[in-house]
Amino acid sequence: MSADFGLTAGAERATEAAGTPGQLFRRRFYRHRLALGALVLLAVMIALVAGAPLIAQAMGQDPKAVDLFNRFAPPSGAHPLGTDSLGRDLLLRLLYGGRVSLAVGMMTAVCTAVIGTVLGLLAGYYGGRLDSILMRLADGVIALPLLPLLIVLAAVDLSKLGLPAAITDSEETSLYRIVGLIAIVGWTTVARLVRGATLSMKRREFVLAAEAMGAGPYRIMARHILPNVVSPVVVATTLTVGNVILLESVLSFLGLGIQPPIPSWGNMLTGAQELIWSAPMQAVWPGLLIFVTVIAFNLLGDGLQDALDPRASERQGRMR
Amino acid sequence: MTDFLLRRLAQIGVVILVMSFLIYALIGLMPGDPIDLMIQADPELTPDDAARLKALYGLDRPIHERYLIWLGDALGGDFGYSRLFNKPVDEVLLPRLVNTVALMGVAFVLSIAIALPAGMAAALRPQSWVDNTINLAAFAGISLPPFWLAILLIILFAVVLGWLPAGGMGPPGADSFFARLPYMILPVMTLTLASVGGITRYVRASVMEALRQDYVRTARAKGLSQTRVVAGHVLRNAMIPVVTILALDLGTLFSGALITETMFGWLGMGKTIYDAIMGNDYNLALVGLLFATAVVLLANLVADLAYAWLDPRITYR
Repeated sequence: MSADFGLTAGAERATEAAGTPGQLFRRRFYRHRLALGALVLLAVMIALVAGAPLIAQAMGQDPKAVDLFNRFAPPSGAHPLGTDSLGRDLLLRLLYGGRVSLAVGMMTAVCTAVIGTVLGLLAGYYGGRLDSILMRLADGVIALPLLPLLIVLAAVDLSKLGLPAAITDSEETSLYRIVGLIAIVGWTTVARLVRGATLSMKRREFVLAAEAMGAGPYRIMARHILPNVVSPVVVATTLTVGNVILLESVLSFLGLGIQPPIPSWGNMLTGAQELIWSAPMQAVWPGLLIFVTVIAFNLLGDGLQDALDPRASERQGRMR
Repeated sequence: MTDFLLRRLAQIGVVILVMSFLIYALIGLMPGDPIDLMIQADPELTPDDAARLKALYGLDRPIHERYLIWLGDALGGDFGYSRLFNKPVDEVLLPRLVNTVALMGVAFVLSIAIALPAGMAAALRPQSWVDNTINLAAFAGISLPPFWLAILLIILFAVVLGWLPAGGMGPPGADSFFARLPYMILPVMTLTLASVGGITRYVRASVMEALRQDYVRTARAKGLSQTRVVAGHVLRNAMIPVVTILALDLGTLFSGALITETMFGWLGMGKTIYDAIMGNDYNLALVGLLFATAVVLLANLVADLAYAWLDPRITYR
């Protein structure tokens, strides 16, 4: 180790370069054992929450059935993790909550990726005033105090905006609202990444060649630049899923995110602070699932980064 | 350089101005206004009374007029009254600011004291068990939901072990530092655990990047010892981006930690902003949010200046 002095690193990299990009990616990714484990764990988790109705059937339990004589029941054969404050089966609530938390996390991450990619491509390719407006906007969004602002936005009364009651009273509104809110503030990371990559791509020979052959700006962006900026976007999006799940859980915990009766891991923890003396495990399980899921997405993102894009340095937003 | 500073300060002023209008408008869109609350509190209030009160408070006027009046007062140093505390807003916020700086300052110093050696140790032996352990621990810190971490710490130290209080600012009546110390431990632990992972990963990445540079290879080829290469060549360069990222965190030192302060009942800026938003305390929420924005923007400026100061290759015009 100490005799190496980093002088052989170049040689190592040279031998590694053999094979197709796909083979190279797989070789690098499989070496990342934590990321591989995270992928397996997420696959199992998604299979479990997707199969929640089947599990409910097999257990013979209704996840929505309220049983007030059986509140905070300890774990038993019928209820493997016990019951919650309304006597509902905790395990099933966790599985159904996981559907919502994971779906919101992935949906939002994809939204931020799409918005960020489109804006980043436009800013990078056209440059000039469009670029400076979009990038100042991104700077502004990044500088905002994220959490207090999301709380204000989440508290805005939709009926005062003149939206019809069918939307404001619908149960699912809180779900799409969270996706929209986080997407509004979350697009900046991807937009900056894509803009940077586009700037370096648009001077490359293959782009100039395509331009010389008469390809229009949209064709060039979609066919020649986009495929080359996919790797950093995939990495950033994976890391975003974890961050979104965290943000959603914080907002839902504060009562401003996903609204009951729809369960999410975050809103299952609302009021958990009052239960720490009587039923501490109620507070432990949902948080543990959030933690395990978020760390899995982060490790997966790290592994993908090493495999797809080994030189990029990462920066993640922190939230307290 | 002076030009750059003035231009940036002017930009910050413009952003604050725009933000103040946006937040003013947004807060107006939150459920319930002061008159609604009065109607709820007093069933004998007639619609005529309500209309008269609206006129008295100026709530019958369009939003841009109300905003301009607020702005004029605020520029004159009058930020209005807090409805929750029945005190001028600045009198509410100042003591809270002191509490926040005390809490966040301790957590900030502690995070750096842990993250610097941990990040370096990991970067100097990549892929070793030291690196893998530190890396995994850092990821765990990043991935913890902060409110859940607070709940876990309360369960462990206040409920199960009974060593520390579950929240609050100090025993009733006692104001001394030592009486308050036990009340600070859990929030400081929460904040430190929540931020140390990110900083550690950043230090690690930065040191690794510096180790890859040509001047490190040159230093090694000259036959310098590992210690001298690391201390003299790697660290000095690796610390430039680290200091920059830490300067960005300076803003949170003043704007506080909303979740942690709320969970532990620590009367700081974060909890005050949260309480003001949830309690329809318009004036307090507005000033609190604007203050938080301003300190983040200023911290960004400090980070840029620190970067130019540490790295002579960078100049701003």
